[in-house]
Amino acid sequence: MASPSRLELTGITKRFPGVLANDNVGFSVKTGEIHALLGENGAGKSTLVKMIYGILQPDAGEIRWDGQRISVTNPKAARKLGIGMVFQHFSLFEAMTVLENIALGMDAKIPARDLESRILAVMGQYGLKLEPHRIVSTLSVGERQRIEIVRALLLTPKLLIMDEPTSVLTPQEVEQLFTVLRKLAQEGCSILYISHKLHEIKALCDTATILRGGKLVDTCDPAVETSRSMAEKMIGSSLKDISRVAGRAFGPSKLVVKALSLPADGPFGTALRDISFTVRAGEIFGVAGVAGNGQNALLLALSGEAPNQDPASVTVDGVAVGHLQARARRGHGIGSVPEERNGHAAVPIFTLADNAVLTARDRLGMVRAGLIDAKAARTYAGEVIEAFSVKATGPSALAESLSGGNLQKYIMGREILQKPQVLVVSQPTWGVDAGAAGSIHQALVDLAATGSAIVVISQDLDELLSLCDTMAVINGGRLSPPMVVAEAKIDEIGLLMGGIHGEASHAP
Amino acid sequence: MGIDFLIAAIITVVGLSTPILLAGLGELVVEKSGVLNLGVEGMMLVGAISGFAVTVYTFNPWFGVLGAAAGGALASLIFAVLVLQLNSNQVATGLALTIFGTGISSLMGLSFTGRIVMPFASVFPDALAKHEYLRLIFGHSPLVYFALIMVPLTTWFLKSTRAGLILRAVGENDLSAHSIGYSVIKVRYAAIAFGGAMAGIGGCYFSMVITPMWAEKMTAGRGWIALALVVFAGWRTGRLLTGAYFFGILMALELYAKASGFSFLPSQFWAAMPYAMTVVALSFISSRGTAGANAPACLGKPFLPST
Repeated sequence: MASPSRLELTGITKRFPGVLANDNVGFSVKTGEIHALLGENGAGKSTLVKMIYGILQPDAGEIRWDGQRISVTNPKAARKLGIGMVFQHFSLFEAMTVLENIALGMDAKIPARDLESRILAVMGQYGLKLEPHRIVSTLSVGERQRIEIVRALLLTPKLLIMDEPTSVLTPQEVEQLFTVLRKLAQEGCSILYISHKLHEIKALCDTATILRGGKLVDTCDPAVETSRSMAEKMIGSSLKDISRVAGRAFGPSKLVVKALSLPADGPFGTALRDISFTVRAGEIFGVAGVAGNGQNALLLALSGEAPNQDPASVTVDGVAVGHLQARARRGHGIGSVPEERNGHAAVPIFTLADNAVLTARDRLGMVRAGLIDAKAARTYAGEVIEAFSVKATGPSALAESLSGGNLQKYIMGREILQKPQVLVVSQPTWGVDAGAAGSIHQALVDLAATGSAIVVISQDLDELLSLCDTMAVINGGRLSPPMVVAEAKIDEIGLLMGGIHGEASHAP
Repeated sequence: MGIDFLIAAIITVVGLSTPILLAGLGELVVEKSGVLNLGVEGMMLVGAISGFAVTVYTFNPWFGVLGAAAGGALASLIFAVLVLQLNSNQVATGLALTIFGTGISSLMGLSFTGRIVMPFASVFPDALAKHEYLRLIFGHSPLVYFALIMVPLTTWFLKSTRAGLILRAVGENDLSAHSIGYSVIKVRYAAIAFGGAMAGIGGCYFSMVITPMWAEKMTAGRGWIALALVVFAGWRTGRLLTGAYFFGILMALELYAKASGFSFLPSQFWAAMPYAMTVVALSFISSRGTAGANAPACLGKPFLPST
């Protein structure tokens, strides 16, 4: 054996109906190496690792493990080989305890007491803090991820696959995670690290394999490459920066939120507590925070889906709208884009034109005497498709037939072309590739330049830092005081994001 | 009146509670695995006639109980195939199972109408079972004790065994359980069959204990009460036991009102009470916002793993 490759892939091909998800992909991961798998959404990263972990089977190609050709028929077989995986969307059971969740991930039957002591040993060894008897639904996202990591580490893996692990973590949590990963790698565990965050890959990884459209583009050394050069390999063209007018001044206050409170929605919801902020004309206001800290409730409270008893809690241009429903608020110029595209922002089985009617009917006069003006709806949908270069067959395409990124562009366009006075968007580029994300960001900047006030709720700190003028952090349903983005410190934002969660909650 | 009346009343309540406790325990396990089977009433009827028929032929009520369990489980497997294999709508399929069970049990029961079976022998010696006071504890049908033993057994299974943990996991998040590598479909098959068997045993309590004879639709809507009981209990076994006896008291009041003819309200009012109480209890629980916490998150949703 020439090189001690732990995992070697050659000619891996996987076809789904209509898509070639992986086309002749091959690379190898050495013992103790942290290997990045880099690519845009839909580049085929997840499909590739699912084949390594045995969730999917390749149509062609071979997987070698310590030099031996293997076929991984299911996740159990993968774990037996020593392959562990931490999923992007955690496979956790909300209503169960940490211990029960970990026990479910173990193949061997271990008595609860032994398991608990082994968990405590692993946590001590890697400095992962968790309370075994807490119910998962009460934990922060970072803590949930630790459960997955502990679950994987209990099997003493030789290869650990991490699927976009940092997308929901605070900067401090990311640092802690990297410490654990580096320690693991030193002990000889190989790590396959999937991400599209280039500065993390530069900071952590020894090698990077870049995928684009299912094909292998390059295997490179992230220490030598720049973030920009890797990004350009990833998207296959040169990056465009957001262009904005320098030194523009803000107009008068447009959206004023004052002492907004909202009770929690259901046992796992978050209540909003005394939220106040002001967004001026032309300003983009960012709301950062770890998922599940009241972002959804805030969007609903601003859009009008969850009206408030106090009319003065939300005012637009001085008009109190806090008590109004979403439709009435649209009349006052508030547009909104919720996080969930399919089923909340759009009806999947409706055409794009019909979906346009849902939010634009009053502002653009698409309903006359109770009848839908189908022509006006089609024309408007066509304009949106054109202006935002949405890839769709036309206004009569079904919303569900569009890819996530294209549907997101369509929904953003549907709201923006109505020229709202105030636009509230949540996760505007979640699961959207870098090209589409760039055009969505540009559209938001352009809308602000026309004098609209914009609120962007996002978990992606990089997005907020590059897009917003002012930002605040939401934690446990409370909003921090606003700060000017240009003067904000990452550490400080990270601490605010951690808030009552994270370290503080481990005190006995 | 007096102590004798009280003992007789308690024995009546225990008897009325037992079938809904049995069927409710089964349905609780089914729902914990994420499946909503509204066919309890139908499975109880199939169990009632199956148990009765087997006892007629074998002259052994214990074989009858096994037959009732098998009958209920078989009926539930029809539901299981439709819901798990063909992803049909669980609510509609469950309703269909009730209608089917009502019809098939009437058909099966045609030649059994008017016959009677030998009742269970008492588990305890007559000195205890027929004793003036001790019959309160020792004088029940064996199925009553079986139901009472099943309560802690089910609790232990769900809380403390690995199989129970997996079953709850499947009901809580089927996709995650699948991605870890558990067979959601197999777990749900087993849970549905268990629910069917328990409903069947609950059903045969009517045809073999309450009245040792077969009559069409003899479960008289108790399957629906068992369903309500599961929600009423908030998917907790201990509360299910309490709830079953609470409903038992309400049903006993109806019997008393009918039998004595002495009631300040018509017996129909008491007949409606269990249902009315269910509505009251449900709105009370949901207004406190605690009902959702213990409800299986995947309840009633088909399992559709993508790729």
